[in-house]
Amino acid sequence: MFKRLPDCPATAVILTVDGRAIEAREGDSVAAALLAAGFAQTRQSAVSQSPRAPYCMMGVCFECMVTVDGVANRQGCMVPVREGMRIETLRGRREISA
Amino acid sequence: MSVGAQRDDFDVAVVGGGLVGAAVAYGLGRLGNRVVVLDEGDMAVRASRANFALVWVQSKGLGMPEYAGWTVASAEAWPELAEELRRETRLDVHLEQTGGFHIALSEAELEARTSTLKRFHNQTGVAQYKTEILGRAELDRFLPGLGPDVVGGSYCALDGHVNSLKLFRALHIAMQAQGTKYLADHAVTAIEHDKGAFRLTAGGRQVVAGKVVLAAGNANQHLAPMVGLKAPMRPERGQIIVTERVKPFLRHPIVTIRQTDEGTVMLGDSKEEGTDPVGLNLGISSTIASRAVRTFPVLGKLNVIRSWRGIRVMPADGFPIYEQSTSHPGAFVVTCHSGVTLAAAHALKLAPMIHAGQLDETLEAFSARRFDVQAFA
Repeated sequence: MFKRLPDCPATAVILTVDGRAIEAREGDSVAAALLAAGFAQTRQSAVSQSPRAPYCMMGVCFECMVTVDGVANRQGCMVPVREGMRIETLRGRREISA
Repeated sequence: MSVGAQRDDFDVAVVGGGLVGAAVAYGLGRLGNRVVVLDEGDMAVRASRANFALVWVQSKGLGMPEYAGWTVASAEAWPELAEELRRETRLDVHLEQTGGFHIALSEAELEARTSTLKRFHNQTGVAQYKTEILGRAELDRFLPGLGPDVVGGSYCALDGHVNSLKLFRALHIAMQAQGTKYLADHAVTAIEHDKGAFRLTAGGRQVVAGKVVLAAGNANQHLAPMVGLKAPMRPERGQIIVTERVKPFLRHPIVTIRQTDEGTVMLGDSKEEGTDPVGLNLGISSTIASRAVRTFPVLGKLNVIRSWRGIRVMPADGFPIYEQSTSHPGAFVVTCHSGVTLAAAHALKLAPMIHAGQLDETLEAFSARRFDVQAFA
């Protein structure tokens, strides 16, 4: 769906999404990396269970929330990728324990 | 009829389309009245969109025992209203009356709460219901995850909460399904009484109705004198913080903390004088957040997604005002702070009285005549 511009060299960064390794580039946000890797759905609405994906890419719409290194409900567009980062797509609400 | 003005006739004109106006309009429409609701627009300062959504009973009515009885009556009528709205609109307003708590974060706070409840329940003629003071060990059975600062609290089985945005929407859908005409951007600027009918000027049109109900929140203080009534108001500001959605962790509403049906956690209960809803006082946000985290430390891990300041509709002494005008019979004022808690009473009890043209004697205490204190000379 999304294609990277051909002439933007950048260092490759490897992260895992739901256990699967994907290649991103240094400077990507998590949301951009997910879109570039072809993810059409990155979470399920906590209210209606409908499929959702990154939308505004600037921290406003909260559609891009994912679990980053074990912390749920993080806005993927506001988190830069890091080597070895673990991302999980979200299903429903975040769990908290007392 | 003047050129460019439209004229309509109705049984009742309800001024104000917030939770109070919509509940009364719904109750009137239910009895077959032709109703028009004259409302302000989207930019109105609207408590119906900024409230904390509690259906709350405990200790309401200290200083006016009749208010305690009216509140209990509404809480008891709430399941009927929720069920009717679900049937008529298919919207679930998520009424939960599982009992609610006040939490004390020090021995001094617990003593103050105990003393308030004692004074409340000692009032002559106050509604008979139980509010219990619970120690920490008893609280733990209801509320897992309390922080070390919590020493105790009070519990009332009649307390609950609702999704007030869905309530607002359901009332509007239900009243319009009954045939009620809803006119936004129709702030009322004049009311004349002529030959037993009321002529209201609003949004460049004239509306004629046999009765008029003033349910315009704090604006009632300016509207009431147009029909020989009064409604002294003292608006308050309050702030609310809302967290991200999480799985259910809190089974009972607390007067300052509640988890909504959709998973967000609302934190609130600040009070300031004033009517400017814009901007936030960060010191107040900080106090709200700090008390919430001391109550449930797990809240400290949550992201805040929204916070806002809203205006409380507040009669000068904090109690509802219900009165029919003697100089302009057929004109009623309906104004109160608790538009959510009292929605059931307004729709199912007060609206039938307005329909009949006479408020019950049981509502006599809510007349604004209580503000007529003779100068002591």
